[in-house]
Amino acid sequence: MEMLSGAEMVVRTLEDLGVDRLFGYPGGAVLDIYDALKDSRKIHHILVRHEQSAAHAADGYARTTGKVGCCLVTSGPGATNTITGIATAYMDSVPMVIITGQVATFLIGQDAFQEVDMVGISRPIVKHSYICKKAEDIPVFIRKAFHIASTGRPGPVVVDIPKDCQNPKMKFPYEPQPLSEISMRSYNPTRFGHKGQIRRSLNLLAEARKPVVHIGGGVIASPGACARLTEFARKYRLPVTSTLMGLGAFPGSDPQFLGMVGMHGTYAANTAMHESDLIIALGARFSDRSTNNVAKYCPNARIVHVDIDPSSIAKRIKVDIPIVADIGTVLDQMNDTIKEMNLAIDNSRLDAWWTEIEAMKTRHPVSCAGDGTPGLLHPAKVIEDIYRVTDGKAIVVTDVGQHQMFTALYYKFDEPRKFLSSGGLGTMGYGFPAAIGAKIASPDSEVVCITGDGSFQMNLQELATCLQYGLPVKIVILNNVSLGMVKQWQMMFYNGRQTETFMDAAPDFVKLAECYGQVGLRVSRPEELDDVLKQSLAIKDKTVVIDVCVDPDSRVYPMQIGGGSMGDMRINREEEERV
Amino acid sequence: MRHLISVLLENETGALSRVVGLFSQRGFNIESLTVAPTEDATLSRMTITTFCDEQEVEQITKQLHKLINVLKVTDLCDSSHVEREIMLVKIEAATRDLRNEIKTMSDIFHGQIVDLTPTLYTVEIIGSSEDLDHFLEAVTKVTEIIEVVRSGVCGISRGERSLRL
Repeated sequence: MEMLSGAEMVVRTLEDLGVDRLFGYPGGAVLDIYDALKDSRKIHHILVRHEQSAAHAADGYARTTGKVGCCLVTSGPGATNTITGIATAYMDSVPMVIITGQVATFLIGQDAFQEVDMVGISRPIVKHSYICKKAEDIPVFIRKAFHIASTGRPGPVVVDIPKDCQNPKMKFPYEPQPLSEISMRSYNPTRFGHKGQIRRSLNLLAEARKPVVHIGGGVIASPGACARLTEFARKYRLPVTSTLMGLGAFPGSDPQFLGMVGMHGTYAANTAMHESDLIIALGARFSDRSTNNVAKYCPNARIVHVDIDPSSIAKRIKVDIPIVADIGTVLDQMNDTIKEMNLAIDNSRLDAWWTEIEAMKTRHPVSCAGDGTPGLLHPAKVIEDIYRVTDGKAIVVTDVGQHQMFTALYYKFDEPRKFLSSGGLGTMGYGFPAAIGAKIASPDSEVVCITGDGSFQMNLQELATCLQYGLPVKIVILNNVSLGMVKQWQMMFYNGRQTETFMDAAPDFVKLAECYGQVGLRVSRPEELDDVLKQSLAIKDKTVVIDVCVDPDSRVYPMQIGGGSMGDMRINREEEERV
Repeated sequence: MRHLISVLLENETGALSRVVGLFSQRGFNIESLTVAPTEDATLSRMTITTFCDEQEVEQITKQLHKLINVLKVTDLCDSSHVEREIMLVKIEAATRDLRNEIKTMSDIFHGQIVDLTPTLYTVEIIGSSEDLDHFLEAVTKVTEIIEVVRSGVCGISRGERSLRL
C-alpha cells in the first residue's frame, strides 16, 4: 500500500475526490500542504489576495458548477478571514469544504502564534466541522466533509488540520475510497417524499382555483429539478414565483413566470401570492425578506412545502402539507402519482386566475419610469442593457444593495446557476471574488459582476488575482457615489437624514483597473452606455472594469410596506410621493 | 410548557458544544442538561429540559436532528416516561432537634444522609425535579441550606418505546 504523509494525504484525497481547482492563501500552518501541492498535476491552485475571497471564489465556483468548492488557508487570521465567506455559503446552502491549518496538537490551547479555535468560531455557520487530531484521520475526514457538504441540504464544512499531522516525515498507508462508499450512521438525508402527503397535495392542486408554485434555491440545489419543475409547471399551467435564490430555476422570460417575491418583489408575484388559494413551495424557506408579516401572510392559501431540510418547514410559516424530500425526486413522484391516481387536473379551471394574473402584470409591470432624476442614467436601465447585450446568457454575479435588487428584477434568468448573489447573509464584497470563481468554473461563459461603488471597494484587491491568472471578467460598477440601499432607507424612513452613506472619495476606477494591468472604461452619459458595454464584451483577454455613473437619487421599487401583507407594496416613486 | 428532550448522539469531541451552541444560537432556553456515555462507548445520551411552546419544541427537535453528530431525538413528554434527578444538599444541623427533623424529612423523601459534621448534614435525594423542589422548600422552613447541587434531569420512556439505534 502507498505510504503518504499527512500533507500528501490532503492533496491526494482532494485529487481522488476530483478537485481540480483550489482557492487559497498559504501561511505557516499549511506550509507542508502547500509543499505537497507543488507536485500535484491535477489540482490548480488559485492564489487570491485575501482569504475572504478564497471562500467567496470557492462559493462562486460551487454555485456555477454544482460541485463542492474547496479552499485552503492557514491558521489564525487566515482561518478567521474566511468566516464571512463561510457564513455566506451557509445561509445560501452552498457546498463547500474549507481546509484550515491549525497549530500543532501539542500547542492547541496554549495561545500559540496564529492559533484560533476555528472549529469553535465557525460552529454556528457550518453544516459540520472536523479537527484532525491524528494524520490518519485526514483522508476520512476530508471525504466525510465532501459527502456532508454535497448531500442533503448542501452547506460548508470546515476541516481543521494541525501542523504536526501534516509532518512530511511521518508516512501512513493511504487507500482511496469513493464518496459513494461513505456511510455515516448519524447522517442520512431523506430523498423520497411521503406518498400519502404527495397524494394529498395533488388533490389540493386539482381542486385549487388560484394555485401558485413558489420556488427557492432548493430547486437549483436538487440535481435535475429545474427541468422537471419547468415541465410540471407548464403541463399544469401553473404560475411560478421565485425567491431571490430561486431565480433561474424556472425560465425568467417564460410568460408563466411572475417574478421575484418579497420586499422588492414584483407586483404580480407578491399580489398573486397574496391572492392565491394554494402555494406549492419548493425549496424555499419563507425567509423574512420573502414573506413580509407572517401573521398576514397569504391569508387564503393552503401551503404545501417541499424541502429536504425538515427544520425549514414550519419554522416561520405554518404549512398544511409538509413533505421532507429532494425536490427533483418529489416532482417525479408527483408525476407518477397523478398517473396512478388517474387524477384529472383540468387546466381550464385556471382561466379566471390567469385573467386576474395578466391584469396584475399589466397594471404594474416592473418599471423604473418616474423614478430618479430626468436626464441621468437609471441603474435599472443599465441592467436592461446588460441583459440585451449579453443576450440574457451571461453568468451574472452581484454584490449587495440596490444594484442587486435591480439585477434580480430586470435581468431575466432563463437557466439555473447563472445568477450568483449573496441572498441570506447579504454580503457586500461577495460579487467580485465569486465572479472569479465563476469564471474559473466556466471559462467560456461571459461572467459579469454587477456591483456598486460601495460593494466593489470591499474586495477590489482581487484585481491582482485577475492579473495573475488572466481572468476576463466584466465588472460593472453602478456608481452612485453612495451606499444606495442604506441611503434609500434613510430617505424613506429617517426623514431624509443621510448619515455616512455619501462616499465622495472613491478612487478613479478606470485608472485603478489600468494600474492593475486591466482595462477601465467609463460611462458618464446615458447615451454612452450601449457602446461601452459592447466594447467591453469584445475584450476577451482582460478584466474590464466599467465605471457607470448612475443617478444617485434612484430607488428600488416595488417595496413592501413593513408589517403588512404580501400585497402591501409601494409600487413606484410617484405613488410613494403622492402618499 | 416543560419539555424533556432525549438525544442520542455520537460521543465525539465537540458534539456537546454543538448542542449547547445550537440552543444559544437560536434563542432556545435550556433549563437543565445532562449527558454521559451509554453502554456503547461511542454513543452519548443527553436529556435536556426546556420551557417552550409546541412550535418551538418542534424546531428544537428538528434543529437537533440536523446536527451531524445526532442520531435520535425525542420529546419524552409526548408519552409517559420516568424522570429522575439527583440532588445533594448541605444543611445546617447544629442541634439535636434539627438533626431529627432533617432525618425525618429525608426519610419522607426517601433520601439518605451521606455525610455529617457536628453542625452539618449532607442529604442525597433522588426523585422528580418537583420532589426535589419540595424537599428544599420544606428544609428552608426549619433551617438554613448551605449548598445545593443538582444533576439535572435524566429521563426514559415507559414501556416498549425506546431510543436506540
